This record gives sequence, C-alpha cells and structure tokens, in this order.
Amino acid sequence: MQMLKKITKQQIFIPVAALLILAVFNLIADPSFYKITFGYNSAGNPVMTGNLITILDSGSELAILAIGMTLVTAACGGQDISVGAAVAISGSMLLRVLCGSNTRPETLQAPIIVAFLVSCVVAMFFGAFNGVLVAYFKIQPMVATLILFTAGRSIAAWINNNELPVISEPSFGYYGGYIPGIPIPTPFFIAVICIIVAVLLLKFTNLGLYTQAVGINESSSRLNGLNPAFIKFLTFVLLGLCVAVVGLIKVSRFSTINYSVIAKDIEMDAILAVALGGNALSGGKFNLAASILGAYVIQFLTTTLYKVKVQSDALPAYKAVVVILLVVMSAPIVRQWLAGLGKKLKKQVKEAV
Amino acid sequence: MKEKSVLEMRNIHKSFPGVKALQGVDFSLCEGEIHALMGENGAGKSTLIKVLTGVYEKDEGQIWLKGIDKAVAIRSPQDAQRLGISTVYQEITLCPNLSVAENMYIGRTKGLGQNWKKMNADANRILRSLDIPARADQQLSSCSIAIQQMVAIARAVDMDCKVLILDEPTSSLDEQEVAKLFGLMRDLKARGVGIIFVTHFLDQVYEVCDKITVLRDGKLVGEYEIKDLPRVQLVSKMLGKELDDMSEIRSESQVYHGKDADSVVLEAEGLQSDAGIKPFDFHIRKGEVNGFTGLLGSGRSECVRAIFGADRVIGGTVKKNGKTVKIAKPIDAMKNGIAYLPEDRKVDGIVGDLSVRENIILALQVLKGFFRPFSKAEANKFADEYIKLLEIKTASADTPIKSLSGGNQQKVILARWLLAHPEYLILDEPTRGIDVGTKIEIQKLVLKLASEGMSVTFISSETDEMLRTCSRLIVMRDRKVVGELSGDDLTQNKIMNTIAGGEENNADA
Amino acid sequence: MKKKVLGLLLTVAMVAGMTACGSEPAASTGGDAGNQGGELIKVGIINNDSNESGYRTANNKDLQNMFTEENGYAASFAYSNMNDEQINAAQKFIQDGVEYLLLSAADTAGWDTVLKDAQTEGVKVILFDRVIDADSSLYEASIVSDMDKEGETAVTWLTNQNLSEYNIIHLQGVIGNAAQKGRSGALNAAVEANDNWNLVTQQTANWSAEEAQQIVQSIIDSGESFNVIYAENDDMAKGAVAALDKANISHGVGKDVIIMGFDCNTWALQELLNKNWNYDGQCNPYQASKIHEIIQKLEKGETISPKVIIMEEKGFDANEITQDDIDKYGI
Repeated sequence: MQMLKKITKQQIFIPVAALLILAVFNLIADPSFYKITFGYNSAGNPVMTGNLITILDSGSELAILAIGMTLVTAACGGQDISVGAAVAISGSMLLRVLCGSNTRPETLQAPIIVAFLVSCVVAMFFGAFNGVLVAYFKIQPMVATLILFTAGRSIAAWINNNELPVISEPSFGYYGGYIPGIPIPTPFFIAVICIIVAVLLLKFTNLGLYTQAVGINESSSRLNGLNPAFIKFLTFVLLGLCVAVVGLIKVSRFSTINYSVIAKDIEMDAILAVALGGNALSGGKFNLAASILGAYVIQFLTTTLYKVKVQSDALPAYKAVVVILLVVMSAPIVRQWLAGLGKKLKKQVKEAV
Repeated sequence: MKEKSVLEMRNIHKSFPGVKALQGVDFSLCEGEIHALMGENGAGKSTLIKVLTGVYEKDEGQIWLKGIDKAVAIRSPQDAQRLGISTVYQEITLCPNLSVAENMYIGRTKGLGQNWKKMNADANRILRSLDIPARADQQLSSCSIAIQQMVAIARAVDMDCKVLILDEPTSSLDEQEVAKLFGLMRDLKARGVGIIFVTHFLDQVYEVCDKITVLRDGKLVGEYEIKDLPRVQLVSKMLGKELDDMSEIRSESQVYHGKDADSVVLEAEGLQSDAGIKPFDFHIRKGEVNGFTGLLGSGRSECVRAIFGADRVIGGTVKKNGKTVKIAKPIDAMKNGIAYLPEDRKVDGIVGDLSVRENIILALQVLKGFFRPFSKAEANKFADEYIKLLEIKTASADTPIKSLSGGNQQKVILARWLLAHPEYLILDEPTRGIDVGTKIEIQKLVLKLASEGMSVTFISSETDEMLRTCSRLIVMRDRKVVGELSGDDLTQNKIMNTIAGGEENNADA
Repeated sequence: MKKKVLGLLLTVAMVAGMTACGSEPAASTGGDAGNQGGELIKVGIINNDSNESGYRTANNKDLQNMFTEENGYAASFAYSNMNDEQINAAQKFIQDGVEYLLLSAADTAGWDTVLKDAQTEGVKVILFDRVIDADSSLYEASIVSDMDKEGETAVTWLTNQNLSEYNIIHLQGVIGNAAQKGRSGALNAAVEANDNWNLVTQQTANWSAEEAQQIVQSIIDSGESFNVIYAENDDMAKGAVAALDKANISHGVGKDVIIMGFDCNTWALQELLNKNWNYDGQCNPYQASKIHEIIQKLEKGETISPKVIIMEEKGFDANEITQDDIDKYGI
C-alpha cells in the first residue's frame, strides 16, 4: 500500500500509467498490434515495420519539440503556440538553401549540413523574437507567440516565393526515412541524439535549476543573482533549435514542403505532451523524461486510433478527452477525493480481515 | 458550557500523515474577551484555527457554541460563517479591485438584484460606527493594508459574528495602524464579540488581551489570565524551558578582535535608488553589526536593497574595501561578497517548489556559474551541513521548502547566504513571523558571525531585538536617514525620540 | 506609457504580419499610373492566400500574368482565407471605383450586402473558382470547377480498369470542403452500387501527406489487403506511396496497387509518366483567360449566358500522358 502510494506520487506515473492503459487495451483488442515484421523496402534496404516502429518514427518530432516546450513552460509559465509555423519557416529555409533559385534542382546547391545550420539560425532567430516579446516586453507567451502563429506560414511560403521545391537527391530523404542498411527509422535516432544532448545540458549546466527557479519565483531568482529575462529568452532560443531539427525531419520525409499543412497543430500536441508528462503548465518544476514519454504516448494514442479505424477527423476529440481526464485528475479536489476513497478502502479491507 | 462562554472546544484531535498536530486540546472563549492563542511555529495554533473554521475536519472532539444545545459540526468555512465564526487573515483575502462596500457585501446578497445606493449607505454606516477611515465607494486597493484589514473585520462584524479570529493581523502594520486596530478590537469587545488573537508580538498580547492560551507541540499547556503570567513566564511556557536572560546575549567576548577590526568593508556615498529614498551615506566595518531602524515604510528596506542592487540605483557611489565598485544588479553585489536576506520571505526569498537542498545551494551555485553545476554529492554535503548547523527541521533535504514552517524556511534562506560565505551580510527582518526560540537562535548566530569577522546589517521591527544585536543604528524617517546612534545612545528612548524627530535631533536631520 | 508604446509596437508588428500574408505589394500594379492611362480597365481581385496549396499558387500566378497593364488592366489584389477580411477588401475596392470585382470567396455565405453595394455603384462582379450563396442577379458570371464531375471522371476511369475486385483505401480531404464533397461523393456512389467495390478504410488525412502515410501504414501493419488508393489530392497520394514503398508493395501501371490523385501537380504528373501512379484528376486553376474573355464581352455590351461557366477538366491516365501534357497542365 505504502509502495503504491509512493509510485503514484512520482510525476512520471501519469504518462507511464497512460502508456500501460493503451498497451493493455491493444493487447486485448488485437495482439497483432505488436507484430513487427522485417522486410525490404522498394529501394531494397532492410526496414522494420509495425505499429511500434511507426510510433517510434512519428512520435520523434513530437518528442524533440516536447524538450523545448518543457523548458519554455518551466521558465515562462506559458507555452509557445507558434512552433508549427516555425517548423514551416525553418523547413522552407532549409529547402531554399538546398535548392537555390531553382525549385526542382537536379543536384543540391549546398551541402545538407550547411542548409541545416542556416535553418537552425533562422529558427533560433524566430525563437529569439518570441523570447524578446515574452522576456523583455513581458507579454504572455500565448499572446506573444500568436503573432508568429498567424504570420509564420506566410513567411515560410514567402521564403520560397510560394513555390513548392522538391528535392530529388535520395540522400536527403535519409533524415526522415531510413539510412540504407539500418532498419530503424532515422527520426528515432535523431530524437535519441536530441534527448542525449538535453540530458547532458541538464547535467553539465544549471539550465534545469535556473529555469525552474525563474518559473517558480522570479523575484526571488533575481535576488539570487539570476537574470530571469535572459533565462526565459534562452529557453525560447533552445526551443527554436528543437524546431529546426523537427523542420529537417519533416521536410526530409517527403523531400518537399506544403506550407499550410506541414506540422499542422503540432504545437497543441507538444503542449499536450508537456501536460501529459505531469508538468504544471503554469511553470516551475519539470520532468523532461515525463514530457518525452508523454510525446510518445500521444503518438501511441494516435496510432491506436488509426488502427481501430476511428474517423481521423475525430482524433482531436479523443485527444480532448485525454486532456479533460488529465486536468480533472490533477485537480486538488479530485485528488483529495481519491485519497479519501483509498483510505475508506483500506479501512474496509482491514475490517474484512 | 459555562455561562459566559461563546465557544468551547473540547478534546480536539487532529492528525496528518506522520504528525499529530493536535492532541486533546481544549479551548474556550467568553463573550467580550480578547484571547491570545500563543505558541511556537508548529505548536498547533493554525491547525486549531483551521479546525474551528472548517478548513480541516477534526478527527475527534467537540465544538460547542453559545445558543446551540448540542455540539456543532463545522465541515466548511461556509458552515463556520453561518454559525457566526469569522476569520481575518494576515494576507488580505478580499478583492482589491472592488469597492469597499462591494467587498463587505460580496457573496451575501440574495438574488441577482442589488440596491447599490442602499449597500453603500449601509456600508458607510458600519464604517462610521466602527470609526474606520474609509469610504464605501472607494476602491479597496487604494486603502492601506491596515484599513483593508479593518474592512475585513467590518465585514465580519456586519455578518453578526460572535467569534472573530484575527490571525497575525499586525504583521504588516506600523505602530499607529496597530493602535487603530486595537481600538477597533476594544470596541468590538465592548459589543460582546469574542476575539481570538494569534500573534507573535508579545508586546501586543500584553497591551490588548485578557487571557492567553498556550499550545506546545500540539498539546495544551494552559489557559492564563494575562495578569497572572509575566512575559518571561509566557516565553518559557511557549518554549518549554527556562530562558537565559535575553538581554545578556551580547557580551564583550563576542566582539571581533582581528587586526583589521577597524577597516571599512563597504562604504556608500549619496546612494539613491528608484524606490523613492533620499540619497544616503553608509558604511560598515569589519565584524560590525549595525542596523537600520524606523517605522514601517520609513525606507530602511529600500536602503539595503539599493546597496544590494535589488532596486535600480540612480545615483551615488559604492566602495568595497576602498575600491569603487559598480553594483547595478544583485549578481554584482554577490560577486563583491554581499548577501541579502530579503524582507518578504515568500515573495523574494524562497523558491517554493524547489527542495530544501536546491534552495540552500542556489546563491552559491549562481556565483559559481551556469556551466559548473555542483555534483549531487557536493550539493548533498552542503545541504546536510547547514541543515545540521542551523537545526533546520525538515523531513529530508529533498522536501520542497514550501512545506516547511516559516521559521525553518527562514533558516534555509539564511543557510543559502551563509553557504555563499559573504563578507557582508544584510538581514532584512530575519525574525518576522518566527517563533521566539528561532528568533533568539538567529540573534545569537548574527553575533557569532560578527565575532568571526563578518559584517552584518540587521533590520527588525522590534527595537529590543536591534538593541541586543547592533552596535550602531541608523535611524530613518520618511525615506531619509535622520540620525545615527551608537554606544550609550543605544536605548529605547533615544531611538524613539530620533524616529519621532525630537528637538535635539533636528541638527542631525 | 510603456504599455501604450508596447501596444503600438505590437499593432505595427501585427499589421506588418497581415500585409506580409495579405496583399503583396509586388502584385498590385495599377493605382494612379493606371488611371492616367485612361484606357486601362480597373479590376479588383480577391483571392485566397496563395500558400494554401499548389493549386492556389498556380491559380494566383495565372491571374497575375493575365491582368497586367500590357493586357489593358489596372489590377489590385487582396488575399485572405477569411471571409470578413475578404468582404472588407471588396468594400474598399468598390470605394476605389473599380469596374470589375473578381472574387474567389472563402465562405459561401455573407456576400449579399456587399454585392448589392457593388451593383448600385455599377461595379460588375465575376465569381471564379468558388460559388457563393447569393442571387444570380448579383453577378455577371461564375467560372467554377465542377468537383462532382471531377469525382465522376475519376470513378469512371477506375470502373474501366475492370478489376475483379476493388478494395479501396479512400483518403479524404478536409471534411466539408467542396473538393472533398465532390470527390468523395462519386466514389461513395460507386461503392454503394457495386458489390465488388469495398472500402478498406475511409479516413480524412486533411490534405496532408504525413497523415495519409500514417493511415496507410496502419492498414499495412494490420495486414489487410487492398488494391486501390483513392487520394483526394496529390500530397495524400504521395504520403500513401511512401508507406507502400516502405513495405515494398508495388504500385503503378500493371502493379499491385492503383494510385489515384487529384490536382495535377507537375511532380505528380511526372510520377504518372514514370508509371508509378495510375491516374491524376485535374482541377483546373487556369481561369484567367476565361475571365478575360468575359470582360471583353461585357465591355462590348454583350450579356453572358449561361452565367455559370464550368471549367474544362481532364483526367490523366499513366498510359496516355505525355511530356507535353505535363508542361501544359502541370501546376
């Protein structure tokens, strides 16, 4: 009993529990959900396919964004709703550099790494723009990022003169697909690298302590020598970096871009991942692992819903149900009620014994 | 029930996981009585109040009220209010952006219609009858904290309350405001209201109360008539031990005797900040304890905040060990070996959700730099060391600081700055809202640190505390330094005179 | 004070943002210079944002290329995906005294008042690309695609493939959109009518390649068999193909799975030419020359009858497509 209490108190309990519920549901509904087949794709490269692989593949972008979103949430007590638009911008920039002035180049006009670095700079610039509004002009994050949310996709289209560039170079497709010879999708590896970088950053710098301190008590942080505005600003720039990585994966998946639908609504999923990870959306303490797990749980949910053939335009409604459950479960009044229920049960068990 | 009693609580028990907060406590309150509820932090005062107001449900025991011939069940604050039990908290719980009258009647009107004219007239009548200097149509936030508190009391009175609980109402009031509040309390007493008064200020207890109930460690120590319980007795009852003579804390042996004892550590000239203080000069020597004194709002906090760079400095120079330094923000001050324990612990001090450990290492960690975090082992070592040194009562170093009692939170903040090993430590109201035992510990610690060569500036609202610790006092009035006292001048009377602006001190001003 | 400055800054930023996605200055020739020419016909063109889709980009380019000074027009453009902004733009054009108002409305409703204003001011209205719910007396002509017919053409083509069994993955556009309704309607009717036509799944992928890929991937993972992918635009067909490629399922002419798309993007037609896809239905964005014809007729005082003009639209079969087709019809 004590043990159970200890486990349920852990923050990561929420996403783990959600994951378990989904896993058990699929196991009962159709165990073939977990089947993984090994085969070759049409280009003759080995690939593994199956729902679990799909989850690791498609959930990766979300996991990467969840890292940045968690930091922004922790320090600023608000969320960036412009990440989808920012992904469009950085992806568009990436293609622009790769294609030059020709939208259907036979060969790449610049090395991919150069294009990626340029898109990183651009994405970090737009992150910085949001960061300045939030940190120095003290605008609420949701309101501040509304600007880029509104204008971002138009900016993305403008970067490429409204053209839709297509890259024919096959190696560009590796980042969102498979590296020849490796049967696991590349986005998963990219996500792992991002997670490792994030973990190292938290371990070897004070990013975690500073963002949490600023998010919990800004005034006190200032009196302890921190510069709260700069730390908030920094989290937005880091989120910009995450956005650039996601932009690379997204445009690589189909070697092209569609400004209006690329990474559509991903901001809401990223915020949901943070919430599902049990992090307070009002800022303060955070648990990065829980957020990342939350991201994969959301993808697990999406894949499960596809699998049971729920009308996909009803997907947001199911996610909404998850949000409602989360919010209700974390409300103090429900927690109290649950605790009371637990006590009663314990009593009854005791009496029965 | 006794004839004159309005309230009797009998054999109240209340436990929280791991803590027995109340163990068989009795408490009774008579009509027209001001009854102090005293005890150290953690003695069970707040729990008892919360049981009475329906915030907590008691595990055992009975509550009787006058005019009801059976024990009452109080399950929510609404229940309590209906039964005529009202509470006014230290933090104002009214709506600052509504008018005074609206605040008095909010949540009490029936139906949707509202006769504003009548409401304002009623409110004004009550305010006048209680001699509260506020207008019904005034926005609440435009009143001082004291007036706001009085409005809260007026609201309670108008709700026909029989039991009024005042929970630390005087913490943020200056002396005149306190006097006004006491006037109001006496007025209510004459009308037969029973008042429970929770406070840390001993002076105030003896000024206004009729009876004292003392709690310690969740148990009742006793109920006393005020005249039967001298101060020293009260303190020893609260602490559960006999006290040293507190005025003897300071002794010659504890003065710093280093070779550099006379060197000036920090010197400010014409310092001025955007918080509205007049330019002031200031210096402190090695191993010296000095203090700023003055009424609340006289600018004493603003002075030290200017020194620390907490407010924006708009003029003046600061010299550290003779060299001019630029202190524009707190980190500059910290790098120069200055530490500042802020006045408002909740707003400026603690980082609530972080653990005790993280709160302790925060300042030193910031000094060390973004790219050089302490290892877990180091952080633990620091935390354990200071938890032990300052006897911080916490379940573990991992406990969030917000779940500690006020006194222990303060100790954590103190630990934070001691860990940074400053040359110059500023303590702004370090003992506010803290139980007597911890107060004395902190005073002793300050003197010990000074004897080891640290320079300390100590600010407190309680002059006797300042007299015990400081060897020099800077007196402030109306945001201006009006005098400096040391040596034989350090007496209550002199200080009062200087603060009030007696004639002999005009030359200083 | 600080707040006011901030508010001002924000407003400026917002306006800058709006103009960035709104009227592109480069596109608006006309203005004073046009008036002095005297000969030029003043037209106001209201269209949807050109980053909405490849179709819209092509449509917009076509209009910009047609309504130039060389062709005798002084044209002003306004872009928005929001009805109220479009209505504001229309009012402004009417005030500016344009002779013709060309309109591709974001929503079908809400246009009565402003079109009546136009009529009183003597501004002639021509609808293109999208129909609206307004009395036909309020406009001179309406040049639209027949989405139902697009669907029917595609389904007829599919019927002619004479498969013994049709197991179809149906990827829909954003539900409620005119294109989605027309393209889904024809297929639904055929599935209803024929016993050997089955829908393996019918889901919306919201025009997105990525969602389409996930939907098809999930079908493949569950091991269900299918031999037709009917995607309501090229992007979704592309996403579906990516999933097939990953599972090494052959597709295209003479292969296991028939791929059908819509919109005739150049790259999609290229896939047809390479026999990787089987069919692509056109949604003709090139209405400008038709509009030009109509304006010329109206200038001569002729009336347009019938008012509704349906664009000619083709369906391309991978076996018949040529490079010329790609150059001519690719968008």
